[in-house]
Amino acid sequence: MSETLTLGKALNHGLRRALENDPKVVIMGEDVGKLGGVFRITDGLQKDFGENRVIDTPLAEAGIVGTAVGLAIRGYRPVCEIQFDGFVFPAYNQIVAQVAKMYYRSLGNVRLPIVIRIPYGGGIGAVEHHSESPEAYFSHTPGLKVVTCSNSADAYSMIQQAITSDDPIIFFEPKRRYWEKGEVDLSLAPQDAYPLHSSRIAREGSDATLIAYGPMVRVALDSAEAAAEDGRQLEVIDLRSLSPLDLDPVFASVRKTGHAVVVHEAPGNLGLGAEIAARITEECFYSLEAPVLRVTGYDVPYPAARVEEEYLPDLDRVLDAVDRSFGW
Amino acid sequence: MANGESEVGADAPAGGFVQLLTPEGERVDSVTTAEGVTYSVSFTDEEYRELYRDLVTVRRLDAEATALQRQGELGIWASLLGQEAAQVGSGRALRKQDMAFPTYREHGVLYTRGIDPIMPFGLFRGVDQGGWDPNEYKFNSYTIVIGSQTLHATGYAMGVTMDGRTGGPDGEAVIAYFGDGATSQGEVNEAFVWAGVFNSPMVFFCQNNQYAISEPLERQTRIPLYRRAAGFGFPGVRIDGNDVLASYAVTRSALDNARNGNGPTLIEAYTYRMGAHTSSDDPTRYRIASEVESWKAKDPISRFKAFLTKQQLADDDFFGQVDEDARTLALNLREQVLAMPDPQPISIFDNVYPNGSPLVDAQRKQFADYQAAFEGSAH
Repeated sequence: MSETLTLGKALNHGLRRALENDPKVVIMGEDVGKLGGVFRITDGLQKDFGENRVIDTPLAEAGIVGTAVGLAIRGYRPVCEIQFDGFVFPAYNQIVAQVAKMYYRSLGNVRLPIVIRIPYGGGIGAVEHHSESPEAYFSHTPGLKVVTCSNSADAYSMIQQAITSDDPIIFFEPKRRYWEKGEVDLSLAPQDAYPLHSSRIAREGSDATLIAYGPMVRVALDSAEAAAEDGRQLEVIDLRSLSPLDLDPVFASVRKTGHAVVVHEAPGNLGLGAEIAARITEECFYSLEAPVLRVTGYDVPYPAARVEEEYLPDLDRVLDAVDRSFGW
Repeated sequence: MANGESEVGADAPAGGFVQLLTPEGERVDSVTTAEGVTYSVSFTDEEYRELYRDLVTVRRLDAEATALQRQGELGIWASLLGQEAAQVGSGRALRKQDMAFPTYREHGVLYTRGIDPIMPFGLFRGVDQGGWDPNEYKFNSYTIVIGSQTLHATGYAMGVTMDGRTGGPDGEAVIAYFGDGATSQGEVNEAFVWAGVFNSPMVFFCQNNQYAISEPLERQTRIPLYRRAAGFGFPGVRIDGNDVLASYAVTRSALDNARNGNGPTLIEAYTYRMGAHTSSDDPTRYRIASEVESWKAKDPISRFKAFLTKQQLADDDFFGQVDEDARTLALNLREQVLAMPDPQPISIFDNVYPNGSPLVDAQRKQFADYQAAFEGSAH
């Protein structure tokens, strides 16, 4: 039952399946009902499941997440939509102080199976607060799990796996990839799909390792394609899970290649790349031919749309880093 | 008559409040508010005596906790001294199926739920963070970040509605406790918005104890807090928070409205924090002795004792026995606190995630190996 779907439509199918499979699943957020969300990810769901299952909330992000906590205590499995990355911060207190800690605080008595969906990243020509990559804040917080999908098949399975997980999960969606198409097996049950918290080799190669996630996986794959034309075989690893990180495949790859480049849109300073570089250094020190390099957004606020392409890591910057690694 | 203003309520703030027992111990049969709602209680003699017992017991347990903190046995204690009536009255107004979301000061409410008073002491002793099951006790975890629990309560109440558990006398209602300081938090105002919009079966119970640590009420609001409710589209009622009967009557009425599907109510219990904010606080730096003295005259327990005495509902033998029973409970509490074991260090890695985490597992092992390296040494 394989279908060609955009990443956004795959998420929509995944959410629909989750609503069908468990009556305790509820979707809540701004404009998720009649409108189907500003990106249409929840398109048609309220019509089919009703206003008690797909809830248009008041315009207040702390309220969305805070009431989701109460619903979860009551036995529901809320799926919150934060409309854009830059709007998650009013909910930051609830996420970090409550969602992340309640299981620990209660000595395991209170489970909060909450999924917080956040469209993130740039490249869509948007105004301020609509293009950010805040994943490090949440990955740094014990008690939260953080995942991000890079393609349609993962989008379909990972959203369902996140919803069935009892862990609170921040689910980052690469908004610039919402319209990219891929094959999706709609008959695949979440428990049979690739594990949620595992990274995956997206392209095999033997000369250098590119580590990417979310919207940058496409950039890394394109870079590997271009490098292959020059005779360099780059292995691309799609992290998928940002907390916890699944780095064993990364270590195995780096032991093979001796070169590692981490790519992400978020600013480099204290970003995921810093942690990944440190861990590779600890585990693969004697295999490394060069320091782990990072290709990231710059340490400036996300810039205006007309210059965002200069900010975002792209194929040229990735290949430049690969060259630098080989020139070490 | 303005909201809750009663002829005998000479001690009421401007705008009045619902008072069914004066500071002198005089009973007011009923109070009708400007909105035409009448509040009254009808208790048996035994029920009156049990309310008195509750008040004395929670105060005595609180005093024991304060002493334990002073003796270094608790890291900190948030005393409810002066707020016994607000807590016992509202707590006793809850029906069995109702759910409470407390702050960190609702020891009196906890007691009225029939919960062993030892339950929150792990938190204050520092051996855990308050590890009980909210659904078992119908009493959520103590919440320390100011106001956050009001949203949790509102979400829970939405769930009650979605479960179809409102609309009759056996319906469920939810009560959220918070203080005057919390009313300035955005999250509390969001909870008001949500509860109003979704007509949630809940009661917002604000204990206005006049101070948010050092800051007086005037730093939080320009209007009486109960009047905030009007802007959110549901009723607000102010009660004499030192009157256990008013607290019971108004909370019971509001909860029953909620369970019947008539939406939320804000109750402002006008009271006074007789002690410090917590054991770490020094209230002499920001409030004057005469103010504290004036509130002593409104004490919730002495007025109730005066009422029982005047009505010949209880005698000195009864009062003596209540004191003695409370003392026994307090000493028992003390023993339990002193017997609380420190947690095993390795337990810091427990209960981070329901499904576990390889990162936490790796660090747990690293920690265990590190600890094991000291075995047999002087450390």
